Amino acid sequence: MHMADALLSPVVGGTMWAATAVTVAYCSRRLREEPDDRRVPLMGVLGAFLFTAQMINFSIPGTGSSGHLGGGLLLAILVGPHAAFLVVASVLIVQALFFADGGLLALGCNIFNLGFFPAFIGYPLYRRLAGAEPGTARATFAAIAAAVVSLQLGAVAVVLATVASGISALPFGTFALFMLPVHLAIGIVEGLVTAAVVVFVRATRPDILRNAAPSKHSVAAVAAAFAAVALALGGAGAWFASKSPDGLEWSIARTTGAGEPDSPQTAVHDALTRLQQRAAVLPHYGFRQDEHRGVLPDEARAASSLNRTSDRLGTSVAGLVGGAIALLLALLVGFALRRKAQSA
Amino acid sequence: MTPVAGLLDFRRLDLLAAGDSALHRLDPRAKVIVTLVFIVCTMSFDRYAVASLIPFFVFPIAVITAARLPIAFLLHKVALVLPVALLIGLPNPWFDREVMLQLGALQISGGWISLLSIMLRSLLAAAAAIALVAVTGFPAICGALERMGMPRPLAVQLLFLYRYMTVLGEEAVRMTVAREQRGGGRPLSIRLYGALVGRLLLRTWDRAERIYLAMCARGFTGDFRGGPPSRLGRLEIAYVAGWCGLLLLLRTQDVTQWLGAAALGVLR
Repeated sequence: MHMADALLSPVVGGTMWAATAVTVAYCSRRLREEPDDRRVPLMGVLGAFLFTAQMINFSIPGTGSSGHLGGGLLLAILVGPHAAFLVVASVLIVQALFFADGGLLALGCNIFNLGFFPAFIGYPLYRRLAGAEPGTARATFAAIAAAVVSLQLGAVAVVLATVASGISALPFGTFALFMLPVHLAIGIVEGLVTAAVVVFVRATRPDILRNAAPSKHSVAAVAAAFAAVALALGGAGAWFASKSPDGLEWSIARTTGAGEPDSPQTAVHDALTRLQQRAAVLPHYGFRQDEHRGVLPDEARAASSLNRTSDRLGTSVAGLVGGAIALLLALLVGFALRRKAQSA
Repeated sequence: MTPVAGLLDFRRLDLLAAGDSALHRLDPRAKVIVTLVFIVCTMSFDRYAVASLIPFFVFPIAVITAARLPIAFLLHKVALVLPVALLIGLPNPWFDREVMLQLGALQISGGWISLLSIMLRSLLAAAAAIALVAVTGFPAICGALERMGMPRPLAVQLLFLYRYMTVLGEEAVRMTVAREQRGGGRPLSIRLYGALVGRLLLRTWDRAERIYLAMCARGFTGDFRGGPPSRLGRLEIAYVAGWCGLLLLLRTQDVTQWLGAAALGVLR
């Protein structure tokens, strides 16, 4: 369920970064209010534990495929939701940096989906369903219900973020119809695995679970926070749907009051602009966006519809040649730097 | 990923940050800022951007070569994102069939172009993240993030996680190898997984207790001590300003198109 940078626009990614930052700050404050020296190393090694446990795959019965633990719910059951959220966040940060899993822009999204939902929605549900000292069957049922709810919410969030970003061409309905059943299955398995570990720990070291922090936050506060994020994301999605200008262009338009960046009038800039106008027979590659960009240079406006096709071919070729040259230049820079580094 | 492969990859990447180059010595905050600007610039293109993304490769290439990092290893790590990118981009040609580009008799639909764009984005994002770790190191990145406003509990959590990842990873490797040797090739069932991971969890718990006692014995106060804090000097400002200028130029001006047109003009 990792969201990827490549599917995300900066606005949606930034919104989720903000939501995650608020949750991190909230959890950090809660942990500072109840200082516990033992918890600091415990959370640290639990992060290492989760990271390691995710690399051990188990087989999913009847499918021939294998899966791994998500772990947000398990950690919340062990150390409470606030610590669990920070542990999940730390594991995802390491995965994004060392394994390029997800990516840096998508980090906010991923921490929110895999940390917030299990810790603050799934875990309270688990507590309510499981009660104080649940038997194996009841713990399993509660864990499955909590995991399914968290993963369905996570899947909806991924679909919403993807559609709002407008990089993928997948329509909302199709994507949701694919993601929700898949994550129903993943949720059931996650619940089973979580219950298997919890039952094992209860049988061998019941003291660990008895010390686990009870959930103290009110459901209303969590619901309000969730609604705020949903509204922010929905608003962002409505403003920045794929047809409208992308995030950076939008912010440039906002700050300068003009559609295209209004650069200072220097000789260099004039020359560059002239060069660009000469170069761009049809600006922006003659792709679809031309229709609403509206700033065609005169040559292009004068071109008849007949030779527009050949113009389009011309820009495409320029784009291909330019791309090849850019790549070559980038490699040359690397080559030069390496030579310099070796001789130094 | 198996625990063995994951662990080896992690260690190798982690060791690269111990290298010594002008880039390694820069204040980590400068490198974090430039990486974030790079990612926002590249990811803010519309879904059909392909040619305009290519000049951005200059950033990871320049960092990797200037810092004398092993190119083949990093290339391999970055290429690992391609299958995932292909998977998430493959629906595009199916849903977006409008022809956008005509090269002679070859018609290319918008979906294929956006698929290519997703692959390039994935490569750029992965290359930037991995280059950042390789040239900065994880503890330094944590320090930079904390100085830029990340709450202390998360910073301490990240440093603890980093220190104990390989320790627990080794334990997990021993456990999975032992199970594989005795299991006769049978896959790991969920029940057995519960016992295996539960056992790993208990060992983790005991280890946390030992670490806590060791910490108390040494007077740990919640601070990880690194070297003297680095400063944002003239070099750092030049680094950030230079890259941000270039990245914004590449983002706002169609450099690829200039290059192509200039080359075609010369040929004509």
